[in-house]
Amino acid sequence: MQRQEAAVSTGEVLVAMRNLDKYYGGLRALAEVTLEIRKGEILALVGDNGAGKSTLIKTLSGAVEPDGGEILVDGRPVSFKTPKDATDAGIETVHQTLGLVDTLDVPQNVFLGRELTKKVFGLFPQLDQAAMRRRTHELLQRFAISLPTLNEPVHSLSGGQRQTIAISRLLLVEPKLLIMDEPMAALGVDEGSKVLDLVVKLRDEGLTILIISHNLEHVFAIADRIAVMKNGRLVAVVPSAATTREAVVGMITMGASGVRTEDRQWLS
Amino acid sequence: MAEATGAPGRRAMQDFEKGLGDSTEVAQFDEPKRSLLQHIQHFLHSHPTAVPIIVLLVSVLIFGSIANNFFTPFNMTLIVQQVTIIGILGIAMTLIILTAGIDLSVAAIMVLSTVVMGGLGVNLGIPSAIAVPIGLVCGILCGAVNGGLVTFFRLPPFIVTLGTWKIFFALVLWLSGGQSIRSQDIDAAAPLLKVFGGTFTLFGAQFTTGSVMMLILFITFWYVLNWTAWGRHVYAIGDDREAAALSGINTDRVLLSVYAVAGGLCAFAGWVAIGRVGSVSPQSFFEGNLDAITAVVIGGTSLFGGRGSIIGTLVGALIVGVFRSGLNLSGVDVLWQQFAVGALIIIAVAIDQWLRKVSA
Repeated sequence: MQRQEAAVSTGEVLVAMRNLDKYYGGLRALAEVTLEIRKGEILALVGDNGAGKSTLIKTLSGAVEPDGGEILVDGRPVSFKTPKDATDAGIETVHQTLGLVDTLDVPQNVFLGRELTKKVFGLFPQLDQAAMRRRTHELLQRFAISLPTLNEPVHSLSGGQRQTIAISRLLLVEPKLLIMDEPMAALGVDEGSKVLDLVVKLRDEGLTILIISHNLEHVFAIADRIAVMKNGRLVAVVPSAATTREAVVGMITMGASGVRTEDRQWLS
Repeated sequence: MAEATGAPGRRAMQDFEKGLGDSTEVAQFDEPKRSLLQHIQHFLHSHPTAVPIIVLLVSVLIFGSIANNFFTPFNMTLIVQQVTIIGILGIAMTLIILTAGIDLSVAAIMVLSTVVMGGLGVNLGIPSAIAVPIGLVCGILCGAVNGGLVTFFRLPPFIVTLGTWKIFFALVLWLSGGQSIRSQDIDAAAPLLKVFGGTFTLFGAQFTTGSVMMLILFITFWYVLNWTAWGRHVYAIGDDREAAALSGINTDRVLLSVYAVAGGLCAFAGWVAIGRVGSVSPQSFFEGNLDAITAVVIGGTSLFGGRGSIIGTLVGALIVGVFRSGLNLSGVDVLWQQFAVGALIIIAVAIDQWLRKVSA
């Protein structure tokens, strides 16, 4: 996989998290996490199991309410009580479970819950299947996704194809921030790299992406910056071009004490 | 292999993509190869009504060739008349089974509604134009009770409707005092109750308005399930409730509406039943729920939800009717009708399981 440099990010902050705290009983899942996501970048979130990655993205996707701190989108403070609040603010999440309905076909899944309708005899709204099909086709074309057919129930498609459908259905609403939780986890090498290419293409189209991954090879292949978490704290945010895989592994396992001298400037 | 021919994504490169080079194939995936058996399985999976239609045609041909008087217009229309009530209950049952639920109370709701219509219209002398809508509302409310228990209390549909089946039949006996309402009393006081018992002749065969109504309801709900967002949400919830909720569908509201609509359909079936039976009897249709489930299952709708069709249920009801009539006219003992229907149910579920396996 070719290293792709980010020329797109303007450095403008899209989402800012300030001093986010979250407790689960006595466990501090998030400890004063302050992290900024810049417009047009791919920010990778890495860390061991239990480091707080999932809790952090859940606060962004509205699944979890933080106990302290604030989140700003485009400079305005927001408060996400439900996932719908987050999507209304332009933050969409691709869940690990994908959220596809297996027996429905591609356009049916893409438009599920926001079906296009047209009035029949000016009275009742009827599904506009042709328009949904056409717009699904356009959407897939725009992101250069090619599927053998749109008419098959999605259970007959491969893991990578299902992943791209799960992603593309979120693109329908032109989100500001796309959050992906381990999108390559269940995929083979070949399909995983195709999904990686798609993620990069989305960034090049101007989307901002926050991605969780355990696979540092993937992270270094696509991410502009890497945020490392340990024990609920943000250790550092490093431009991926300025560091090495060994250095990131050190931060993941040792926390701040594992940071190389040349990376000290990135400590948070 | 990487080039899936005929894929919709293949097209001329557009301006904004110039310079992307081979990235036009960013997400091109291989298509798996299938064996002949998998092709059949796949076809049947995507056409759930194909098996029941084949079974119906074959059974009509077989009984037509071995049973006397089977292929007469009279017998054909008689079969349609005989499946009318179960057919309408089957529409209600299909809606609920598509959501991965079950409704054991359909026939109880139906009989309760007929008792309400008859009690108001005949015994209390209320105009039948008022008694009938009240009976229909009664059915909708009964369905809403089921739906409310299933959604807001998260109780399993099987248990909820097992309970309300008994409760609604108890209400039937309480309201009716166990007394039937005679046909001539209905004719005298509330003829509207028997409007679906009316007959007309077409091509030398006699049809009832009730069976025409059944066909209209099947077409209506075919349309609703296939061409409205509500119908699509019913399928989505049945296949994967969590995914449907993640897609922004208010699953509780849709489920509640499904049970309420099903209740209304049951009440409507009751109205049609008064016309067909001629009287209101609190003791009737005690196994109507199981007959409706039979029609749905033989019609190819999966008990696990999310897959099936309303037309399949009509075909399923007709298959049962054809078997009953054909075996009857062939002079076979009634017990073998039960045997045959039982075998059909098991075969239908076995086919469904086989299809589910392929799709995995």
